[in-house]
Amino acid sequence: MTDSKYFTTTKKGEIFELKAELNSDKKEKKKEAVKKVIASMTVGKDVSALFPDVVNCMQTDNLELKKLVYLYLMNYAKSQPDMAIMAVNTFVKDCEDPNPLIRALAVRTMGCIRVDKITEYLCEPLRKCLKDEDPYVRKTAAVCVAKLHDINAQLVEDQGFLDTLKDLISDSNPMVVANAVAALSEIAESHPSSNLLDLNPQSINKLLTALNECTEWGQIFILDCLANYTPKDDREAQSICERVTPRLSHANSAVVLSAVKVLMKFMEMLSKDLDYYGTLLKKLAPPLVTLLSAEPELQYVALRNINLIVQKRPEILKHEMKVFFVKYNDPIYVKLEKLDIMIRLASQANIAQVLAELKEYATEVDVDFVRKAVRAIGRCAIKVEQSAERCVSTLLDLIQTKVNYVVQEAIVVIKDIFRKYPNKYESVIATLCENLDSLDEPEARAAMIWIVGEYAERIDNADELLESFLEGFHDESTQVQLQLLTAIVKLFLKKPTETQELVQQVLSLATQDSDNPDLRDRGYIYWRLLSTDPVAAKEVVLAEKPLISEETDLIEPTLLDELICYIGTLASVYHKPPSAFVEGGRGVVHKSLPPRTASNESTESPETAPAGAPTGEQPDVIPTQGDLLGDLLNLDLGPPVSGPPLTTSSVQMGAVDLLGGGLDSLMGDEPEGIGDTNFGAPPPAAPARVGAPIGSGLSDLFDLTSGVGTLSGSYVPPKAVWLPAMKAKGLEISGTFTRQVGSISMDLQLTNKALQVMTDFAIQFNRNSFGLAPAAPLQVHAPLSPNQTVEISLPLNTVGSVMKMDPLNNLQVAVKNNIDIFYFSTLYPLHILFVEDGKMDRQMFLATWKDIPNENEAQFQIRDCSLNAEAVSTKLQSSNIFTIAKRNVEGQDMLYQSLKLTNGIWVLAELRIQPGNPSFMDLELSLKCRAPEVSQHVYQAYETILKN
Amino acid sequence: MIHSLFLINSSGDIFLEKHWKSVVSRSVCDYFFEAQERATEAENVPPVIPTPHHYLLSVYRHKIFFVAVIQTEVPPLFVIEFLHRVVDTFQDYFGVCSEPVIKDNVVVVYEVLEEMLDNGFPLATESNILKELIKPPTILRTVVNTITGSTNVGDQLPTGQLSVVPWRRTGVKYTNNEAYFDVIEEIDAIIDKSGSTITAEIQGVIDACVKLTGMPDLTLSFMNPRLLDDVSFHPCVRFKRWESERILSFIPPDGNFRLLSYHVSAQNLVAIPVYVKHSISFRGSNSLGRFEITVGPKQTMGKTIEGVTVLSQMPRGVLNMSLTPSQGTHTFDPVTKMLSWDVGKINPQKLPSLKGTMSLQAGASKPDENPTINLQFKIQQLAISGLKVNRLDMYGEKYKPFKGIKYMTKAGKFQVRT
Repeated sequence: MTDSKYFTTTKKGEIFELKAELNSDKKEKKKEAVKKVIASMTVGKDVSALFPDVVNCMQTDNLELKKLVYLYLMNYAKSQPDMAIMAVNTFVKDCEDPNPLIRALAVRTMGCIRVDKITEYLCEPLRKCLKDEDPYVRKTAAVCVAKLHDINAQLVEDQGFLDTLKDLISDSNPMVVANAVAALSEIAESHPSSNLLDLNPQSINKLLTALNECTEWGQIFILDCLANYTPKDDREAQSICERVTPRLSHANSAVVLSAVKVLMKFMEMLSKDLDYYGTLLKKLAPPLVTLLSAEPELQYVALRNINLIVQKRPEILKHEMKVFFVKYNDPIYVKLEKLDIMIRLASQANIAQVLAELKEYATEVDVDFVRKAVRAIGRCAIKVEQSAERCVSTLLDLIQTKVNYVVQEAIVVIKDIFRKYPNKYESVIATLCENLDSLDEPEARAAMIWIVGEYAERIDNADELLESFLEGFHDESTQVQLQLLTAIVKLFLKKPTETQELVQQVLSLATQDSDNPDLRDRGYIYWRLLSTDPVAAKEVVLAEKPLISEETDLIEPTLLDELICYIGTLASVYHKPPSAFVEGGRGVVHKSLPPRTASNESTESPETAPAGAPTGEQPDVIPTQGDLLGDLLNLDLGPPVSGPPLTTSSVQMGAVDLLGGGLDSLMGDEPEGIGDTNFGAPPPAAPARVGAPIGSGLSDLFDLTSGVGTLSGSYVPPKAVWLPAMKAKGLEISGTFTRQVGSISMDLQLTNKALQVMTDFAIQFNRNSFGLAPAAPLQVHAPLSPNQTVEISLPLNTVGSVMKMDPLNNLQVAVKNNIDIFYFSTLYPLHILFVEDGKMDRQMFLATWKDIPNENEAQFQIRDCSLNAEAVSTKLQSSNIFTIAKRNVEGQDMLYQSLKLTNGIWVLAELRIQPGNPSFMDLELSLKCRAPEVSQHVYQAYETILKN
Repeated sequence: MIHSLFLINSSGDIFLEKHWKSVVSRSVCDYFFEAQERATEAENVPPVIPTPHHYLLSVYRHKIFFVAVIQTEVPPLFVIEFLHRVVDTFQDYFGVCSEPVIKDNVVVVYEVLEEMLDNGFPLATESNILKELIKPPTILRTVVNTITGSTNVGDQLPTGQLSVVPWRRTGVKYTNNEAYFDVIEEIDAIIDKSGSTITAEIQGVIDACVKLTGMPDLTLSFMNPRLLDDVSFHPCVRFKRWESERILSFIPPDGNFRLLSYHVSAQNLVAIPVYVKHSISFRGSNSLGRFEITVGPKQTMGKTIEGVTVLSQMPRGVLNMSLTPSQGTHTFDPVTKMLSWDVGKINPQKLPSLKGTMSLQAGASKPDENPTINLQFKIQQLAISGLKVNRLDMYGEKYKPFKGIKYMTKAGKFQVRT
């Protein structure tokens, strides 16, 4: 007897018959009828018409029948809300049943009935069940809160269920804890701002305890929740890691991967010198390898994650190359992923094996796989220089097979190899040319044309070859057309005598017969170049190309760091942050790896904390882009400082580079004009003041003449991150302000955390309170390559336009580079504005002091200063706060001081130094100024100078 | 969490759907069908498919696609692991997992699925617990139920559900107390043309069948535990004890379960028990190619190799093969180009061989791919890694159980390139 009998129907009205059976007196018949109904439901038949009859069967002692009716209710209650109310009473009664199974079943089912009217009745039973004596009921109720939240979030908050749920995290039963965490995580996902899972060391400890005892699924929820926690220091991170590592041996691969996520994230906080760090690295490899022996679907997800892990920490799997070798009956999606990782792991040590494998793969059947394998050979050549020769000969072997798509792929990658190792492998060009006719894909055609153009002087019949392409010029794709245009121009520049006709033909095809603007414009540029100054044209078109980078297809470091926080999630499968694809724009919080902090330092001396950490100190004064744009767009972002040309794109081919470089000179940016012979060399400019403050040698001289006995400049606060890389497409800016002998400068440190080269930097300030403005354009002489950092000192003056800002010392800055324009704002310390001639005459001081009304006087306290009066005076003087007189009143030193701001405002100060505890002084500062709003900032300047 | 589940057969019919939250229209599967069409073979359908509003995660087993629908960011491994668990459970309940069986037991399937997930959260996935909640159908029980009117749904809370040992039920009683352990190792290897090993690794498992009364506490120790540096344990194993003493200490689940799985990858530890000598040439006269393979034992520690099967996907250009085996039977399917040779036992004195000619498509050039030979074999009483159980002890109960250990080595993905 099987359930298939439930599908057999008699000819006349099936529903009608079921109805009769449902209303039968016999229990057994009723149950069979309900089963038939359920069976119809499971295959998608509409049996909602039977709703009242089925609900009538609910009042029963028979648990199976009850469950079946519940199943039915969950499915159809939505479509029959009024009828569903009929069931409420039974639910409420069942929630009090002595059997915990029935209590749990009732509360579970009620939560699944997505009808508003029912949810009102659900609250009371749910509250009881959350406090039920039986953990099975409690854990079911925890999930029910998440269900209810999904239906009516407001109700859940109003009823205080969230708090009850938070309490369950401390429940004695691990299963209840796990479910509470799961429910809270799900709720938190729709409320990213709410601090539902407020993790602290105590709750973390509870979770870690529950982790050992709950089910595998519960472990996943707890581990994912742990991953969101940021330990306060490396010791805590290590202790959590120690308790999580046993999970790496779990049979459930999802548990393993979630544990890997926690470890990868917290490892970031551990010092690399630690023994434990090395141990942990070693422990991570075996579980990752084991994931690859699981079912193919699991392998796929694991491989996508391993791809991220090997980019972040290649050392973990560097010896495990062989497990990524492809088996011929692996599903294609596994094969492609394995191949990707093989290339990432390829190194000089294992390249021979890898190449042998890749060659094997290139003869397989699956076209996609073969293509990728061929491409991989090229990538190996570029990555491991020692293997380049072998790779090229392998590629040539493959070209000999004459398999169409293999040949095309091989030519595309050989083009890249030429770029990487110029003048090394050109001997193979002849072989390539033999296969010209078999190329039918635009990418391969474009690559071949590029090769012909680039090496035109070595190919005897280059003109014939290119001419053959020209016949069908208008049927080619844009990529090929552009390439052909450039190649023929190159050919003309190399062999001008024979190819004049050809070049005219292509120029007229590109400029007159084409409606593609890119093609037309490029045609015109070449034309103009060739007609005005062929020498310049040669310089531009045949300029040396920058080498292409070693690794391709790397994920941007900032994105990679974010993705590491999402190991094991969909984000890690797609290699995109959740914000890029999660449905409905639910605000997704950006996750980032924790900064490395050592426990002993961070607690005691906040100044030594990493520069990135104390961003919280800055008041939130960054205006929205919209506000700023109005102001900044009016300002001219300054002439682009032309670095060396030919840097716009290193991955694309020559033609694009030429445009970038050529344009710079065409537009007459440099006074020398077109055709300048030193074109290509960095333009003459002031020497780079990298790092060192302006003319530090000069400061001595100045000091001597001015008679002020201080040799050092004013206090320089440490550099802080002003613009994190996340917000500026990979450009990170940190900086500080200095004042040295009368000139103010902004010391910037630019770091390129993106994958592409950055050029064309420019800077502009918004109007500000003291008219601060750059005194010279931002000079970044060399293009900033990935991961490179450059230090620049930007001289400032105070003759810019003035607008009062709030706070007074707020400065809004726009920085431009070849990628985009970025905005940030920062606060500058006021003491950079204290001028050198701020020493007031004694008499004048007394008169002014009296003259300024008393309501302009402001009092401040500076506590725990370790200096005596003498030292204070000297220290302040170096920042241009001058002591005019000194008095000793009742054992307390009184200093009278003056300072002047760049805009001529005088500030007078009376500083009372009273001994506080034995080694520290308490200072009392009275400031008088005609513009009292500066007092607060002057006080801050005092405090920073004295405390550092 | 997991929103819905669709079961789809290889011809693309949805034959079962289950929703744990609101109902998701089955039209969402259209995206799956598109992917299915694009993939040449069912195995190649990608396991994660994005759609505008949902994600489809699927596993393919027993010629059925199990497609889970999710709406929010959920760990995909969790979903895929769960789907595999569903398949395992069906197999456990019904003996086989196939479309007709699922259709025959649709109500039980539905009840089981309802027990396994609540609102998309896993509820009970241990087969021990599930079986207490919903009794698997047997002919006997069906008969009894019809007579007595009792049901196959348990009305007691399963005892394992909340205890510290959720995998074991209480009150187990047996007249014959016995515990069997099978150490099974599979060799995955790729051998290149010249017969040298490119990669070789061992996937080992210890499967147990424990039928012991009460709450026995077992310890299992190995002669050479150092082999096991990459292991995954059943939750019952006390990890601390393993870390410190390299002893497996556990309270076993009742019945069949996998105690641990392990992975040995160090090349020098993996012995290759067979070799294949092959000479395949597509360059004969009159569109004839020559084909000859011989299989022989290599490092077998004196044990016999049995159940040998040779499978090879021949290139498209091969029209037919005319071969003679020295032992066993062989078939060649001219449509799928699959050659299979059922060899049986290898007798070291008289090595089995298969030779003959292939008729090739006239005029076609030499195929650019060489066939790969897939090998299957079994070796009884041998764990190829050398793993050996030292002793098994039982604490906590008075009786003396019957204990047994069996070793076996099999070919996993064992491939020889030609």
